[in-house]
Amino acid sequence: MGHPPTSDGPAIAVSDLRMRYGDKDVLTGLDLRIEAGGVTALLGPNGAGKTTTIEILEGFRARSGGDVQVLGVDPAHGGEAWRARLGVVLQEWRDNGKWKVRDLVGHFAEYYRPYAEPYGADELLDVVGLAEQAGQRVRTLSGGQRRRLDVALGIIGRPALLFLDEPTTGFDPHARREFHELIHRLTDLDGTTILLTTHDLGEAEKLAERIVILAGGRIIADGSPDQLARAASTTAEVKWVQDGALQVHATEDATGFVRKLLATDEGAVTDLQVHRASLEDAYLGLVAAFESGTAEAGQAEKAVDSFLTN
Amino acid sequence: MNTTLHEYRTGWKRGLIETRISATTLGDVLGFFLPTAIAITVLFFLRGADFEGAPVSLGSMNMPSLIGMNIVFGGIMGIVGTLAMDRTNGTLLRAKSMPGGMTGYLVGQMVSTALYVTVGAVMLLAVGLALFEGLDFASPDRWLLFIAVLVMGIVSVFPMGAVLGALIDNPRNMGLVMFPIMAMVAISGIFYPIAALPSWLQGIGQVFPMYWMGLGMRHALLPESMAAVEIGGEWRTLTMFAVLALWAVVSMALAPRLLRRMSRRESGSAVAARRADLQRDW
Repeated sequence: MGHPPTSDGPAIAVSDLRMRYGDKDVLTGLDLRIEAGGVTALLGPNGAGKTTTIEILEGFRARSGGDVQVLGVDPAHGGEAWRARLGVVLQEWRDNGKWKVRDLVGHFAEYYRPYAEPYGADELLDVVGLAEQAGQRVRTLSGGQRRRLDVALGIIGRPALLFLDEPTTGFDPHARREFHELIHRLTDLDGTTILLTTHDLGEAEKLAERIVILAGGRIIADGSPDQLARAASTTAEVKWVQDGALQVHATEDATGFVRKLLATDEGAVTDLQVHRASLEDAYLGLVAAFESGTAEAGQAEKAVDSFLTN
Repeated sequence: MNTTLHEYRTGWKRGLIETRISATTLGDVLGFFLPTAIAITVLFFLRGADFEGAPVSLGSMNMPSLIGMNIVFGGIMGIVGTLAMDRTNGTLLRAKSMPGGMTGYLVGQMVSTALYVTVGAVMLLAVGLALFEGLDFASPDRWLLFIAVLVMGIVSVFPMGAVLGALIDNPRNMGLVMFPIMAMVAISGIFYPIAALPSWLQGIGQVFPMYWMGLGMRHALLPESMAAVEIGGEWRTLTMFAVLALWAVVSMALAPRLLRRMSRRESGSAVAARRADLQRDW
């Protein structure tokens, strides 16, 4: 049982968000609209304003200017009922280390009871794969286990919107894969909207339908992983083996090239591969372009091209 | 469901769980018993010392004062310490991230600190009655007085702890609270009658609750004739309650505002900055 939707509007609607610390502008007019459902990844170099943005959306930080609506409410005036519909997983949490895992989960569930039917402690620990650690003290958990506990505490009230700030930092590949499966389960089964920040491009590509890249206090790119990679590079690299030799060809029309190649090869082509620029290439290109001061609309893509060909 | 009531009830549960956790954590148990044990040992050796021909020994005289001191000290430092620590490890931020979490957290800390202070006071009382001669705790009026002073102490000192805890935002600065309280102990007639101090110091000592808590506990535990050692030669029961009540009112008026300010300023980057600050120093 999730929350009944109290508004049909977007999960997050931000316009012209500004943040200034002293005389330093951290956010310079950010516009962002995220519809309910699905996973959006917020990427950007350190100091781009990711954490500031997330903290403003979570209602943990007052903004300098602009309009912000999270689940239809201004976070600066969000009450407890609004808070109950949010899940927050911060970068690093070492709280309540002396508590036993099950006690903590069971107790924290209590806070949500006036607003929603929270997860039962054992059920939730099962979902995040911590059933075996239920009787352990929180501080004895490994890094990955602690992170999964954080996620459990984030989703305990069945939030409509979940913030994940670098959720898999320090995970081994196995824990990372399990975590990704958990996120898929949350979005598929409960329709939770998720906004996550990460430095792991592979993770963003795997989890998010939409990627928003933040640099210098505003959004410099926004789209699906595929769109971004495409925008970063118009040429694809086609590789194949013919007569025992590796052949490589760069083309703007990979499909057309391959169609012609296979039509005329008389069965000699093997091991055919087509490579497009990866999301990582796209990301690095976009950020580099921005940082070299050429991030005005339209110029970014050109800069990315030159970055990739150099 | 009344949400405010629910927040308080959840906070109450948190306090009980916190207490149970502390009682089963070796470090916490030692931290609870050791200072008290040391103090009792010191007093034990003062059993033979007399003060200007008073009917009970200096040890027996200081025993009740020690109970009063522990309530003030344990109450303030307990709350200041937890608030400072929980801001660094993110417990407070976690509370802020949950509906009614901050109220629950604060109520929980008050409950567990109250239990801690009460158990400490009762334990000291039991040990005191067993080890020291001349204490008078045989009649219900004394039991009532003991309970009244204890409750009044908790009520006046806890909000003060919350005020100071809200102001001190880094465990590094705990000394800013610790040292003034130590100074307060020195001028509050805890280990030696306040009458022995110069009168201007007596005046300062009587501003703070520490003196009045010691006085109240002596009143509850010492024979009537011991009032002669006190300022003015009497227990000044009404004044004691009035001063403690005044402190309670003032700090309760300040506490919510400062706690709200503390809560408002809490964020992930604030916790990270505090932690980085600590690591740089150590």
